[in-house]
Amino acid sequence: MNAERPIVDENVSRTELKTAVADAPLQHNHPDSLPAALETTVVKSWKAPIAFGIFSIIAILLFVVFGREGTSGFRLSTDSDFFQIPTIQAPTRATDIVLTVLLVALAAYSAFLVSRSRPVRLWVTVVFAVLFLVGFLTWASAGATIPVPGLLVGAVGLSVPLVFGALGGVISERVGVVNVAIEGQLLAGAFVSAIVASVTGQPVLGLLSAMAAGVLVSFVLAAFSIKYFVDQVIVGVVLNVLVTGLTSFLYSQVLSKNTELLNNSGTIRLPRLPIPGLSEIPILGPVLFRQTIIVYILYVAVAVVFFALFKTRWGLRLRAVGEHPQAADTVGINVARTRFWNVSLAGAIAGLGGAYFTMGSVGSFNKEMTAGAGFIALAAVIFGRWDPIRATLAALLFGFASNLQSVLSIIGSPVPSEFMLMLPYLVTIFAVAGVVGRVRGPAASGKPYIKS
Amino acid sequence: MSQPTVPPGESGPPVASPPAKPDASVEEPRWHGVMREIVGGSAMISVLAVVLAMLAGGILIALTDDKVSAAAGYFFARPGDLVKAVWDSVSGAYTALFQGAVYNFRRPGFIAGIKPLTETLTFATPLIAAGLGVGLAFRVGLFNIGGRGQMLIAAACAGWVSWSFELPYGLHLILAVAAGIIGGAVWGGIVGLLKARTGAHEVIVTIMLNFVALYLISFMLKTPGLLQAPGSNNPKTPAALPTAVFPDLLGPQFNLHWGFIFVIAATVYVWYLLNRSNLGFQFRAVGENPNAARVAGISVNKMYIYAMLFSGGLVGLAGVAQVLGTVTTGFSSGIDAGIGFDAITVALLGRSKPWGIFFAGILFGAFKAGGFAMQASEGIPIDIVVVIQSLIVLFIAAPPLVRAVFRLPKPSGVSLRRPRTSTAAVTK
Repeated sequence: MNAERPIVDENVSRTELKTAVADAPLQHNHPDSLPAALETTVVKSWKAPIAFGIFSIIAILLFVVFGREGTSGFRLSTDSDFFQIPTIQAPTRATDIVLTVLLVALAAYSAFLVSRSRPVRLWVTVVFAVLFLVGFLTWASAGATIPVPGLLVGAVGLSVPLVFGALGGVISERVGVVNVAIEGQLLAGAFVSAIVASVTGQPVLGLLSAMAAGVLVSFVLAAFSIKYFVDQVIVGVVLNVLVTGLTSFLYSQVLSKNTELLNNSGTIRLPRLPIPGLSEIPILGPVLFRQTIIVYILYVAVAVVFFALFKTRWGLRLRAVGEHPQAADTVGINVARTRFWNVSLAGAIAGLGGAYFTMGSVGSFNKEMTAGAGFIALAAVIFGRWDPIRATLAALLFGFASNLQSVLSIIGSPVPSEFMLMLPYLVTIFAVAGVVGRVRGPAASGKPYIKS
Repeated sequence: MSQPTVPPGESGPPVASPPAKPDASVEEPRWHGVMREIVGGSAMISVLAVVLAMLAGGILIALTDDKVSAAAGYFFARPGDLVKAVWDSVSGAYTALFQGAVYNFRRPGFIAGIKPLTETLTFATPLIAAGLGVGLAFRVGLFNIGGRGQMLIAAACAGWVSWSFELPYGLHLILAVAAGIIGGAVWGGIVGLLKARTGAHEVIVTIMLNFVALYLISFMLKTPGLLQAPGSNNPKTPAALPTAVFPDLLGPQFNLHWGFIFVIAATVYVWYLLNRSNLGFQFRAVGENPNAARVAGISVNKMYIYAMLFSGGLVGLAGVAQVLGTVTTGFSSGIDAGIGFDAITVALLGRSKPWGIFFAGILFGAFKAGGFAMQASEGIPIDIVVVIQSLIVLFIAAPPLVRAVFRLPKPSGVSLRRPRTSTAAVTK
């Protein structure tokens, strides 16, 4: 899906690059050109095997050396399910030893691949991650039972605003405007949707107003960065502070004095709408199809954004403006207008995500209730390499990791909860440093386009 | 984004050129040009931005005031009441803000009257230090959002030294300060190292390290033997020993401490570092254009590491000022008090220049001190201060907007460049 962008992936086409560089001396090598390509040719990328090796060592230490006795349970269905699946009981130590052996084997396989200059495919990483996760869950739940649907439902719940925010970020950055203001858009959406839904009692109006609030924040971002050429990151950061201050001020000054009318969680919260049939699928049903309308909108939004971005004229124009505005301008695309409206669209999507905080989960607005979710969404955008699907997966990963912590603390995990909370952030750092590395965003992202 | 703003109508390469010079200015009489620069220049823009932001804040205060909305209900019967109510609420708020930040006329005597000003400086101390750190990173083209994590780690290091050892006066303080600065520098240096070695994006890494530091400190705070005060179940540290605490600068009746002197020294040092030293020249070169710097023989990666070390150390000084100056009786995980994020706006307002940041820090310190007074006496939530602060930065960042609002002429040759923060780093 990124075929048209020169993504520098250490694992792919290393040999081609090598031959290209071997022929290079004849060409004039401008220092600015292809610095990244030159760097990747220097060494084989041992990042993946090293990462796998580190995790294998952790697995050996944790699962074998400090292995725990007992049986680990995985409850796969909830009481209200139509199909009941029995709880899986696995002997902790034996399961973990088997998994550790598999992990070590995978690490060795990846090292073998790299030594033969062959790429380590994505499925190796995915299988490795899943095995490690299962091993960890087995280890942590020794003598207890993990409610798998509950774990996943919570994960989806925590991910929803992150995915919306990430989608907004992807659109905005693809069109060439860095969107640091996701946090502000989420918060504005949460705030406005709570008031509107509470006063009118109409959930639809609440959702629409959340989008409008996000658009409003985007308007400021777009106006300052496109019309006045102010540094986009600066505007974004300041907008976050502004929205935080504004909503907190109005919350203390207005909302908290009239909670019954303006911030009534009874009227604000959306009902869950199980989809008949689909909601009875084991595990997936309760996780994906017993949700509020916002989550169903999310499924559609991810698909639509992906399709529109890569398969439609709108998406092509959007990406052209973000990659090379001058070229886009030459063929008659109005750069400023394209940027302005697409940044607004991004704000609408992020604002909808904000509505989930109030209408989808808690029910009432609270000061600074987004608690940095916008920044996590921003990380998901970069982690997902500016691609809607990958950004969504990254956001889901963050949501899962945060929820894993709370589930494990309930069943009494041997790891202090702070370290579990830290885990997603550490994994992100690790992933960004190791796997993603030198990522390249849209070429013109963050640069104001000044028509000459 | 590494390019400075080039106004419309000016073509050419994106070099660091000041905005367009109107051709007419050549024929203008000389004093006319001077007038233009005074009226349209960046100092005037700053002042007007503050005025505009205060105005917007005043509107917000008036709109949400109960008495104002009550008076608006019978506006057509007695319009004077509404005007009076608006005046009362806004002037009351800003009077309280001024009295809480600069000089309180209601208190007897000069000592009591001037106390708010010293409170302002106390609040400004960590803001300036952290602002210098963020601003220094801006100058190298790095965006350090990790102030929170760096402050927490620095606070933990400085705090641990401050209560774990018994050392003579002076030496203990210096050791504690050094430990804090090193702690912050290491936490920031990790970011620089990762960026230089693997190309990891500093924005992501700093955000993530904020959370890592927060949970790390929370864990240590509730684990006996690490940071938790002995014999207590609260997640709170022991108090710093008096030998490690910053002495009062103006005597015991004021809260202002020697940390302020440290911060002044830090400002001078950063000014020297950036404007007079070899390293600072390389910093700025990398910030202006990393590719050009690389061609000129500067090791860009090394500069990233050094810059993050310095940046983290300066932000660490803010954490030190908190634990050894402001909250000396033991702290919890909220010790950073949002200063790490405020520092970004301080650095932006100060345009990433050391003395600019110094005065921006004092202004924001005044808002903070005054905000608390306003909240206490007028019942207006302190969040209004955050709104005003962010509006100021927003207006200052867009001089054409402020000029349009006040219908000012364009300055002839005055540079209105934003700090060349070169946040292209964000999308690199």
